[in-house]
Amino acid sequence: MKRLELGTTLDGFCIGACLHAGGMAHIYEVTYADQRPAPFAMVMKVPRMTAGDGAENIVSFEVEHQILQLLQGMHVPRFVAAGDLVNLPYLVMEHVQGQTLQQRLDHFTQQHTRPSAAEIAQIGAAVARALHSLHQQNTCHLDLKPANVLMHPDGHAVLLDFGLSCHAHYPDLLAEELRKAVGSPAWIAPEQVVGVRGDPRSDIFALGVVLYELATGELPFGNPQTDGGMRQRLWMDPKPPRQWRADVPEWLQEVVLRCLAPEADQRYPSAAHVAFDLENPEAIHVTARGRQLQGTSFWTHLKRWVKAAGMHYQPSAMPTQQIDEVPIVMVAVPHHEASDATLYALRQAVARVLKNRPGARLTVVTVISTSQTSATESAKSETSVHRQHLAQLHQWAQPLDIAQHPTSFHVLEANDVANALLRYAEGNHVSMIVMGAATHGLQMQRFVTTVPIKVAMDAPCTVMLVKQTLPFERL
Amino acid sequence: MKLALLSDVHSNLHALDACLLHAQTQGADRIAVLGDLVGYGAFPSEVVTRCQALQAQGAIVLRGNHEELVQRHAGMTPKTDQTLGEQTAQWTHDQLSPAQRFWLEILPLTAHLEQTLLVHASADAPEKWRYITDERIAALSLDAACANPEVRYVFGGHVHHPSLYYRGTGRQLMAFKPTAGVAIPVPSHRRWIATVGSVGQPRDGNPRAMYALFDSTAGKLTFHRVAYDNMAAARCVREAGLPEFCARRLETGQ
Repeated sequence: MKRLELGTTLDGFCIGACLHAGGMAHIYEVTYADQRPAPFAMVMKVPRMTAGDGAENIVSFEVEHQILQLLQGMHVPRFVAAGDLVNLPYLVMEHVQGQTLQQRLDHFTQQHTRPSAAEIAQIGAAVARALHSLHQQNTCHLDLKPANVLMHPDGHAVLLDFGLSCHAHYPDLLAEELRKAVGSPAWIAPEQVVGVRGDPRSDIFALGVVLYELATGELPFGNPQTDGGMRQRLWMDPKPPRQWRADVPEWLQEVVLRCLAPEADQRYPSAAHVAFDLENPEAIHVTARGRQLQGTSFWTHLKRWVKAAGMHYQPSAMPTQQIDEVPIVMVAVPHHEASDATLYALRQAVARVLKNRPGARLTVVTVISTSQTSATESAKSETSVHRQHLAQLHQWAQPLDIAQHPTSFHVLEANDVANALLRYAEGNHVSMIVMGAATHGLQMQRFVTTVPIKVAMDAPCTVMLVKQTLPFERL
Repeated sequence: MKLALLSDVHSNLHALDACLLHAQTQGADRIAVLGDLVGYGAFPSEVVTRCQALQAQGAIVLRGNHEELVQRHAGMTPKTDQTLGEQTAQWTHDQLSPAQRFWLEILPLTAHLEQTLLVHASADAPEKWRYITDERIAALSLDAACANPEVRYVFGGHVHHPSLYYRGTGRQLMAFKPTAGVAIPVPSHRRWIATVGSVGQPRDGNPRAMYALFDSTAGKLTFHRVAYDNMAAARCVREAGLPEFCARRLETGQ
């Protein structure tokens, strides 16, 4: 469709300024033509071509047209209206305020600076949370790149452009029998290169590329223009970020390179796990991958290149199913006045949960009251009190077989125990809370039952309330 | 138009009624029964009567291979290597009045409704009862139906499981396994072919009845699963003295 004139009316919308004239579509500011107030600013996206052209461009518009109408939540622009695809193709959606990540990257490049590791972690966690919200709605973005991420002033990320996305409940219009690569060459995941669409871990790969860009200002695999160039990522490890910049912390490199693993199984199993690590960098288990300063050797690459020739990517299960397999399990461990029986029962419950879910991550949490720490007394200083509680948590977890499960320990300081647990669970995409049915201290005696009940009622996830059983033979 | 697509009822009155009721709550304003009204189940006569009434109210009713089986096996001496369908065909024949059998015999093989072609099996040779089991056979059926340029959708049954085939960006058809209860966009600028599953004899391990609802105005197709009293239906199959396997199948959906 040719460019619309300012002030014209289209299907009840008054066309405003053209904000973007891309290769695929024009984006205009719009208002309701009948002057009725809109609850939020709106934009209209109009494809350049029409259905008659039969180009992939219109197919991707059709895909976005279908998927945007389904998506919900703060991490996508709100859908307003859509025109008939054949006669009047357009989409009206919320005009989200903020800067795209690309604009931020350009800014850093112009200033010859890089964001700090803490900033990168913050941005990365925000994008990972947005991706997780999308995956929970059975959708894979499949075209994640800095230009498609909008950073809202309040820090949360909004994902844009669902033209190459894939919703597991809908036929994938971009799939074809020849399995051609569909995506942006710099960010596309290896499995997408060979035409496998619909794995949420493809988005985690793209997130790895974005984190790499933030940390180094470089693209890990360049911006290849050929299929052969794109295939490199099936076998090639990128130059470690620390080789570009020695000041990149080891934990950040660990996260970035794990996201960029050529095999989807070797990456983070879900975006919630990425967000968790980026929010708790001190808990990241750094391996040789995180420490390395040299790239992978020629011989290793040669071997992997040979292997990649026969590499076969399996189409994956539904995103929701896939992320359900790798839950984040949170256990609330009481720190005082808890009987051995209670602690034992909690541990048993956690062991059972983890046994069924090999990819699960465990987070062990205790809540202490703010009065326990003091800024003046050294024995009650925050660090020493926390250290003491952390040691207790480690001790509690010691008998668990958690070598296979990423595990972290956290001391939360709050006076409202239930509220602290709930906020933690929500902020970290916890899939299941395990807690004692009647725990959390004598001080709370009067409210003892209310803590688990409040958590159970308001939790964003499943709650397992554990009743104590006393294994006499073990005491 | 909201068109309810019901196929392979197989003399299962319990399942048929449950699906019709469900379709009514979903706002269906047109009904199509895509063949195989009888065979296997305990209520051939009642199902035929119900479908005759539906037809009188404007429903489309098509003929399937089991209607043919009933005619063919009339008066034949039982063979030893009979299929289940053949075993029940004789019994079904005896349950139906001559008028009902005549009505079944003259049912059409295909029907054409707006942009939709309805057929029990495949549209390229309806009388051959070919199963739409993969993209290649689906393409044969779709291409034959689309010889009429008006046709955008081909809906059928026969295979007892729900499936949807479409063209992506490539030339070949792609198969899609639908999720029950999801309204799938099937815009009419593309061509689609679907099998709607079986009302009266699911075989995918889930005993709930299947049917599909096509909303031609919105361009959406929804595959539904409907719970019904399958244990009662199975009990009736047993009481009628039909093969035990047919009863077990209704209980387990397998």
